[in-house]
Amino acid sequence: MNLISSLVVPVLIAFVGIYALCHQVDLYPALLRGAKEGLAVAVKILPPVVVLLAAVYGFRASGAMDSLVALISPVTQLLGIPSECAPLALIRPLSGSAALATGTEIIKTYGVESTIGRTAAVMLGASESTFYVIAVYFGALGIKKTRYAIPAALIADLAGFVASAFAVRLFF
Amino acid sequence: MMGWIWVALVTIALISGVFTGRFDILSGAMMDGAVAGVTVVLGIVGMMMLWSGIMEVMREAGLMDRLAKLLRPALRRLFPSADADTLGSLSANVSANLLGLGNAATPAGLRAAKGLQRLSKTEWASNDLCMLVVINTASLQIIPTTIASVRAAAGAVSPFDILPAVWFASVVSQACGILAVVLFRRIGGRK
Repeated sequence: MNLISSLVVPVLIAFVGIYALCHQVDLYPALLRGAKEGLAVAVKILPPVVVLLAAVYGFRASGAMDSLVALISPVTQLLGIPSECAPLALIRPLSGSAALATGTEIIKTYGVESTIGRTAAVMLGASESTFYVIAVYFGALGIKKTRYAIPAALIADLAGFVASAFAVRLFF
Repeated sequence: MMGWIWVALVTIALISGVFTGRFDILSGAMMDGAVAGVTVVLGIVGMMMLWSGIMEVMREAGLMDRLAKLLRPALRRLFPSADADTLGSLSANVSANLLGLGNAATPAGLRAAKGLQRLSKTEWASNDLCMLVVINTASLQIIPTTIASVRAAAGAVSPFDILPAVWFASVVSQACGILAVVLFRRIGGRK
């Protein structure tokens, strides 16, 4: 398992490079164009991450985070999710930047190689900002009757969070 | 909505700070948070740029189109109402998502959504549109680059060692979402 995860990235990068050269792609300009797009994304998430992390840090320092964790820990314990990751599960469907801020804070507080830190990372990597996606799609089409789309999407999120915690226990 | 969440966070922090007697460290913590926000983004920007560059090369080399072609038969089964044109947009949407090309995924997804809704001729969200939205709200990305960057910035020895766990959780999440749509579709009985 360790071999796969340490090889997949360098193999992929080399493969893409060779494949692109074999297919007459003007590789270097494409690489730079993409990198510029990545920079634009980082610039776009900077303001929300800064203002949200300020609020999240205040929330934790005041002891409110501990109260929240204690409040929902019976539910998360039942699902096998570490209580410390519960705030992340709550915020993840609502906002990508808030989830990134919360997840980063959890990883820093408990350690990047800890079970809690890993679970937070896997939860972030295996989910999307559900309500944002729903707003984009139904908003663009002007559809008000979304029927079962939201409950089905939230079921997928919950299953993903439970599976994240399970996978971390299984693989590490 | 984010405005509400933000105000809720700072207000609850204030109230809780007064109750626990920790209000004296509150302002300092918030300043630290703002500084940490800059550190976080600075820490991940390099890896995000590198990945975006590689993703752009993938798209340009036609890897996304090849993946889309591979996905077509499976997607035809998931979206019974889709015509050839919509199926093309659908497979572009899913393959862009898989490769982490968010900028390409959303326009293709919206094109597919419009196609599905035109074909169903309903004013409500058709079953196939619900399927498309649910698939897009669960993660498809093969290489979760943002979180790997966060882990690298936090000093992880191998930031990608969570890959198998992320794949497992994504597949479970995606499968449960699809299953939920299929079940709701049976109960609902509408188009």
